Amino acid sequence: MNNSWYIPLFPEQASTFAWQVDALYAYLVAISIFFTVLVVGVIAVFFVQYRERVKFAIPEQIEGSTMLEAIWSIIPFVISITIFVGGAIVYYDQYRLPTEGMEVYVVGKQWMWKIQHATGQREINELHIPVGQKIKLTMTTEDVLHDFSIPAFRTKADVVPGRYTYLWFEPTQVGKYHLFCQEYCGLNHSGMGGYVYVMEQKDFDNWLSGNTANQTPAEAGKDLFVNKLGCASCHGAEGKGGRGATLVGIFGKPQKMVSGQTIVADESYIRESILNPQANIVEGYQPIMPTFKGQVTEDQLVQLVAYIKSLGGTAAGSTPTSAGSSPTQTSPNTQGSKNFGNAGSNGASPNGSTPGRMN
Amino acid sequence: MQENLVINNTQNLPVYPKLNYLNNGHTVSSWLLTKDHKRIAILYLLSVSVFFMLGGIYAGLIRLELLTPKGDLVESGTYNKLFTHHGILMIFFFLIPSIPAVLGNFLIPIMIGAKDLAFPRINLLSWYLYIAGASFTLWALIQGGVDTGWTFYTPYSTTFSNTYVIATGLGIFINGFSSILTGLNFIVTIHTMRAPGMTWFRLPLFVWAHYATSLVMVLGTPVLAITLLLLVVERVGRVGIFDPALGGDPILFQHLFWFYSHPAVYIMVLPGMGVVSELIANFSRKRIFGYTFIAFSSIAIAVFGFLVWGHHMFASGQSPYAGLVFSFLSMVVAVPSAIKVFNWTATLYKGSISYDTPMLYGLFFIGLFLIGGLTGLFLGAMGLDVHLTDTYFVVAHFHYVMVGGAVLAYLGGLHYWWPKMFGRMYSEFWSKLSAMIIFIGFNLTFFPQFILGYMGMPRRYHAYPEEFQVFNIFSTAGASVLAVGLFLPLFYLTYSLIRGKAAGDNPWLLPGLEWRTTSPPPTENFIETPIVTWEAYEFGEESGLYDEETHHKSEVKPVSLFDQN
Repeated sequence: MNNSWYIPLFPEQASTFAWQVDALYAYLVAISIFFTVLVVGVIAVFFVQYRERVKFAIPEQIEGSTMLEAIWSIIPFVISITIFVGGAIVYYDQYRLPTEGMEVYVVGKQWMWKIQHATGQREINELHIPVGQKIKLTMTTEDVLHDFSIPAFRTKADVVPGRYTYLWFEPTQVGKYHLFCQEYCGLNHSGMGGYVYVMEQKDFDNWLSGNTANQTPAEAGKDLFVNKLGCASCHGAEGKGGRGATLVGIFGKPQKMVSGQTIVADESYIRESILNPQANIVEGYQPIMPTFKGQVTEDQLVQLVAYIKSLGGTAAGSTPTSAGSSPTQTSPNTQGSKNFGNAGSNGASPNGSTPGRMN
Repeated sequence: MQENLVINNTQNLPVYPKLNYLNNGHTVSSWLLTKDHKRIAILYLLSVSVFFMLGGIYAGLIRLELLTPKGDLVESGTYNKLFTHHGILMIFFFLIPSIPAVLGNFLIPIMIGAKDLAFPRINLLSWYLYIAGASFTLWALIQGGVDTGWTFYTPYSTTFSNTYVIATGLGIFINGFSSILTGLNFIVTIHTMRAPGMTWFRLPLFVWAHYATSLVMVLGTPVLAITLLLLVVERVGRVGIFDPALGGDPILFQHLFWFYSHPAVYIMVLPGMGVVSELIANFSRKRIFGYTFIAFSSIAIAVFGFLVWGHHMFASGQSPYAGLVFSFLSMVVAVPSAIKVFNWTATLYKGSISYDTPMLYGLFFIGLFLIGGLTGLFLGAMGLDVHLTDTYFVVAHFHYVMVGGAVLAYLGGLHYWWPKMFGRMYSEFWSKLSAMIIFIGFNLTFFPQFILGYMGMPRRYHAYPEEFQVFNIFSTAGASVLAVGLFLPLFYLTYSLIRGKAAGDNPWLLPGLEWRTTSPPPTENFIETPIVTWEAYEFGEESGLYDEETHHKSEVKPVSLFDQN
């Protein structure tokens, strides 16, 4: 344990978010000190000035003052609105995913983090990343709720079973930082964590080459697709379709369903279609796909999603209509890109699908 | 009426009334089958004290474990049960019933000039439901306990935990009905049982605060009951409601849970605010500043309190647009709390402030609630909450609100009305000393946790990285000071019952109706229904408090049975 990683009252500032969160914190600390000193100071003065001098004396009675009430309602209201706006701005930066960067897949389970890089390297309870690059995590869990939290980056997101959530950050400083699970997950909750190692690019490249790269998630997904699960018999060896829907170029794009709904084919939709194929069937196809529930692990699901992503889909900026047409959509999948089909720590609706608002 | 109230007390020694609610019957059944709201309040006082002590023992064990970074005192499974039991006992069986069921029960009828609550039998039923729920939960804890955290988050609670989730949940479910019935009883009583002349705007603010609290109890608690029932249905019947493996949605549970549990915070703190309004006005001997603003701010808090639950879920996977709305409304709900703090402060202005023990608690409350409230703004700001949620910052924040706020108000109220409830005075020295120790111990325990939280220390951690140890040592040291402070009242208050001086009907010469009957009051509260001709916190001539000649020395004549004899 190296104590020098922490300065006394703050964790280190090691991501692009850190200064924003710290600035907002400083603003709130200043407001808190101001009001505490004001109220406690005034009470202290009154405490001495107006102490009881004659037992049971009746002081001058004062009813109140509407003017004062207005002042001390409006001022706190205005201040709290500035806090709201500040909080929303800082949050927005964290919630809106960047359009490019390095992808990492995370699967939580009681009580470890299983992490796989897009290049195939696997890690447990450790995450090695290069400094100065945007990193995007696609996360899910095999069992209960967890939360992927890195205090030095001032960000975290719950990891929820049955759906994907996302987290991104850009580390700004080389170092070793705590990784915690911050959503209570049972017996060994406090043991579910480790370290994030932020490295110079060349050190990171060394680290990558020093580790046996397994199949990349996309390759492993293709292996499952073609050989192990037999998806290819309906969806075609290259995913071009057949009895089953084509999977080429669909990722991140709105798809028309039999029900008439339009759903964006994001990670959660693909996951749902594997586990519960009857839930939302693409227009023009029969409900003939069997469920793979119980036959695929969360790790394999992540690999299948990675494979389907690799078959192409929405390029950045190529979906202006969908992005523009759904400003109020709760699940902002449409603002994504080739890599990042979904945005925010917000997952999708409970069943993993996201009703579009196209029609 | 005026002459009736003013007498010259020739013998200045307070007397203990010969006949009162306490000695009106000595059999066990005269207590266990009583319909007297005052006796039921005493039953609650005894039972919530037991649970406060049990919850406190769990807290002590938690702090001992956290003295060192390694998990070396208890196993992690045991630790998880410690914080779960601490939370469940303190929240459901101490904080929620404490002020309403003890002080509210005792005082609301007296303060409005009624003989009892509207439904005395239902009031007794409430206590039995509380005891049934508490016994059920206690039985579950003794059998092996529960390790889900008091929040019972799914799917851990429905699928993964091997502990007594169902029994504990049912205990809380039963206890909820006690809360609902108490709330209902208060609402009906305040509407229908006020004495002649006791208009809504002559009600003490303690009564207004309880009215607002009762609204939350009646409207919020059923949602908790439904949520717990659904949890049991999923756990027993494997029906997919919350567990995604069964087709459910874990976030749905969080919405339902916080829909009750955020307003529940106001069930805990609103009555405390009511107590503090009484303390500040009465011990400054002034009409409270901005009466109507304080009264309506209670109602505003109760209403807005229902609309902010999503601020517990900014990092949970909830829609960010919903998050924006919840964050905004959370900021709005800060305003009525701020109004109260400023009005209390303004009440002191040009007052005649006496520093009896209850007033010390009142002033401590303002300071601690201020910090608790301000740190709530940190957690309502979305971008900051993402960093702070599920850290010790949250733990520190809600302890400032619930212990610094609700518990200190409860103790302040207990000391304020103790002479009325039992007719005896406690030791001024020991009670002041205990209040100071509690204040210092409390701050030493919980202030360091704000810093720990910003540094990133997660809550519910059995073991933690070494760099967090320094602040944990402060916190544990503070907890032992706090424990000493909290144990003292047990001794000097009990002692006062045996050896305490008779308090007299109105030891602080105050105008409220509760001070115009004997201490302790007779079973009927008043010999004849009082007619109210004075405003709330009326210290002037109209109050009938003062002798014309000496102007500040006379006693209030009690409106009670015994002066006739």
